[in-house]
Amino acid sequence: MPEDTIRFTLNGREVTVSARSRGHLGDLLRYELGQTGTHIGCEHGVCGACNVMMNGRVVRSCLTLAVQIAGAEIETIEHARSDRSTVALQNAFVARNAFQCGYCTPGMIMTARELLAENAAPCREEIRDAISGNLCRCTGYQAIVEAISDAAVTLREHADD
Amino acid sequence: MTEKTTNGIGAPLPRESARRLAEGRGRYVDDITMPGLLHIAFVRAPFAHGRVLKIEKDDAFEVCGVVAVIEGKDLAEICVPYDTNPTGVPNHVSAPQPPLVVDESCFQGEAVVAVVATSRAAAEDGAELVFVDWDELPASCSIEEAQADSAVPAHTNFDDNLTLKHRFGAVDVSDAFANAAHVVESNFDFGRQTGVTLEPRGIIAHWDPRTEELEVWQSHQVPWQMREVYATQLGLSPQSVRVTAPDVGGAFGLKLHAYADELAVVAVSKLMGRPVKYIVDRLEAFTADAHAREARAICRMALDPQGHILGIDARVDAGFGAYAMHPRGSFGEAMQAAQMIGAPYKVGAFRAEVFGWRQNKPPSGAYRGVGQPIACAITEDMIDLAASAVGIDPVEMRRINYRSTLDEGARATEAGLVIEELSLDRCLAKLINAMDYDRLRAEQTALRGKGVYRGIGLASFVELTGVGAGLYGPLGLTVAANEACRLTLQPDGSLTCATSVTDQGQGTLSALAQLIAGEFDIAPDKVRMIAGDTGRTPYGGGAWASRGMALGGEAAKRASERMREGLFEVAAGILQCEPSDLSLANGAVVGPKGPSGLTLAEIAAICHYRPYDSPLGKVPQMTIEESFVPSDVPYIASNGVHAVHIEVDPDLGTVMLLDYWVVDDCGTVVNPLLVDEQLRGGIVQGIGAALYEECLYSEDGQFTNGTLADYVVPMACEMPDIHVGHVTTPTRSTGLGAKGVGEAGTVGAPGAVRTALNDALSPLGARVTQQPFTASRILEAVMAAEAANK
Repeated sequence: MPEDTIRFTLNGREVTVSARSRGHLGDLLRYELGQTGTHIGCEHGVCGACNVMMNGRVVRSCLTLAVQIAGAEIETIEHARSDRSTVALQNAFVARNAFQCGYCTPGMIMTARELLAENAAPCREEIRDAISGNLCRCTGYQAIVEAISDAAVTLREHADD
Repeated sequence: MTEKTTNGIGAPLPRESARRLAEGRGRYVDDITMPGLLHIAFVRAPFAHGRVLKIEKDDAFEVCGVVAVIEGKDLAEICVPYDTNPTGVPNHVSAPQPPLVVDESCFQGEAVVAVVATSRAAAEDGAELVFVDWDELPASCSIEEAQADSAVPAHTNFDDNLTLKHRFGAVDVSDAFANAAHVVESNFDFGRQTGVTLEPRGIIAHWDPRTEELEVWQSHQVPWQMREVYATQLGLSPQSVRVTAPDVGGAFGLKLHAYADELAVVAVSKLMGRPVKYIVDRLEAFTADAHAREARAICRMALDPQGHILGIDARVDAGFGAYAMHPRGSFGEAMQAAQMIGAPYKVGAFRAEVFGWRQNKPPSGAYRGVGQPIACAITEDMIDLAASAVGIDPVEMRRINYRSTLDEGARATEAGLVIEELSLDRCLAKLINAMDYDRLRAEQTALRGKGVYRGIGLASFVELTGVGAGLYGPLGLTVAANEACRLTLQPDGSLTCATSVTDQGQGTLSALAQLIAGEFDIAPDKVRMIAGDTGRTPYGGGAWASRGMALGGEAAKRASERMREGLFEVAAGILQCEPSDLSLANGAVVGPKGPSGLTLAEIAAICHYRPYDSPLGKVPQMTIEESFVPSDVPYIASNGVHAVHIEVDPDLGTVMLLDYWVVDDCGTVVNPLLVDEQLRGGIVQGIGAALYEECLYSEDGQFTNGTLADYVVPMACEMPDIHVGHVTTPTRSTGLGAKGVGEAGTVGAPGAVRTALNDALSPLGARVTQQPFTASRILEAVMAAEAANK
């Protein structure tokens, strides 16, 4: 089985790992690097549970080959505590009961964080559109929409902090 | 540190204890690892029906990391097949289901060979190299095929495919129909679905030959049931088996069952004496998880000139799949689909026959609502047909027929349902007001003139929640249906609640903590919850049939009350007053003269450390256990009414969901924040059933849409905002008064969407009957109506 040694930045730290050329980023993060907050749901790039940040953009870690991330900056939900947007989202998700089983939540928050970086004041339809690549089987999505909207307000109110 | 609550019950408290899930700190089965862990990949049957002629395994060992290749006959030596024939179910027969196919396989996706390796990737590579020589057998896949006179038996143990036959109600209802002013009739079709938990099923089994103990970590709803199942199948003492359900990524009934492949994992671990992990991948989930809902029905309703129902006559044919799902069987959905037709209404004469058919498809099992969504959809469509035939408004039709006030002493319906009390009149009144029904009807009429087709759908439901031993016992199911709470006062004044109730995201554990905290007037984070572990919790059920708060909440309330009584005896001695003079505020005792300053922690310290200081000369028990199962009723019936407003594009067949309302009566609401999103999540699953979701099989029994790109579930952009209202009628069966709510959304939504669609299509003379109502099915209905009108 061909293996490559790859170096990349994971949550602000340089790491060097050997990666099988056929393995995907999600499995690498979970099984080689112990970052189990990234979840594998559909393995077809549909559900968004495996979303992580690669060079500041959301990618499906189940559709990203591990060897593709050489030299990249990868951020997972575990790192997100140092990001004020993510913290605002997490607070709002708890306050609004915007998750139940929690399996989709890390990927959902990654997507919401990207949305709020591009659009500081999204309307409800824009939020629903943005998270339509993230499946949630437990909530009715409504609480998630409200939580993202609340987080946007919090971030705008504290933009200068 | 959260603020204390003045009253635990009713406060919309956020689920702080679940914050770690939002921070990526969940601990699901696949997040657990251990030294020496092996992984399994299964070789699965490629045909709907087949016979294994030969298995060649040698090539698999060419893969580095493969340590064993195990087939059905290897496991047969240590593990007996599932035998799922509950003694109390009439005319029910199912073939034994082995953990791995021994000879005959009966559905595509049935596990045949387990390849065990040091990584999942190596196991999958090994599985690719296992050669199975098959004799493909003829198969019966659809319900029509399975029930045909010349049908091929789905399992060669049998001559035909009838696996259940039962009747609810009267033998003969012809009088009601002979005397009717109106008779309406329709056929119904419900597509096969599956629960699609975002976290697939998963299991780690570890038989430790040193201690002769089996430890299992499993993404599951009912660890106690699984302890009994594994012990029985492997011939172990139940006491040597421990089952733990860690964080579970959605369950919805799908994780209530004992699957053959999971039993195979446990048996492989027993065989090898090593920990073994198996995580279902998405394709395997589609082809081997429990399926549900596949049914066809025909229903007739007789009415008097004013629209009062005189009789219902129905027949339901359900697709059971190849085996009865272990251990609760596959009959539940079919039985409830038949028995609960007409449940919200005074139906006069009633007959519903049900037939279950064996098919070469995966076993059908529990999925949120279990048959009730089918019964509700049939009933509500019939009610609208009746209203149209009589010439009255659908709201009026419902109002004049509701079974809201039962005759005194009469709790059993014509179909044999036991219903304590309903509040459908009040729910409907509140709903009509919330949605501004008359305005919507006027707007609908005006828009029809402009070629815009909007529909208003209503669905009233009765739901059986908190189902107890009164139902399962007589069926012959060895399932503990009580829920228990073991409450311990710790020396620091905090409480530990070990409960048999499990939580897959519903928030039940948070709500139980809130309830207990309210009983002692302490902050909810002072109550530590322990659940999902047979090694640490009292014996009981788990999570199904909306029981967490209805039954587990009652147990927690009773344990809290008994604990408080004991503490008040000590406090009364110290404060020189009667226990009845005492109450608790902010975790401290309030006496006849006001706050005493005596805290729970101080009483706990006396009881644990200085019992000789107790004025009673003894101390009350610091651990109280209570178990609850309803005894005067088999289950606790809840009810509610849904409404949806939609717009159909008759040229494209597409449906836009404009708005959605529900008024639910689940009795006492402990935490409205949790309850409201339970309803919304359930409704969205019901909308998925109505519009999108179907397991599509080819004629020869091949699953054709086995990815989440092809089997479509609801997405955020398609879903409406959902307005939730409540009517509160506490059940008299418990002191808490809570009824279940977890399934209420899923039970009503398919009926609401169905009636809305047929309402929208009515000016075109079109009508849909086959769920899911995809764009192509809607277009077909519109085109058929156009052709008929030419």
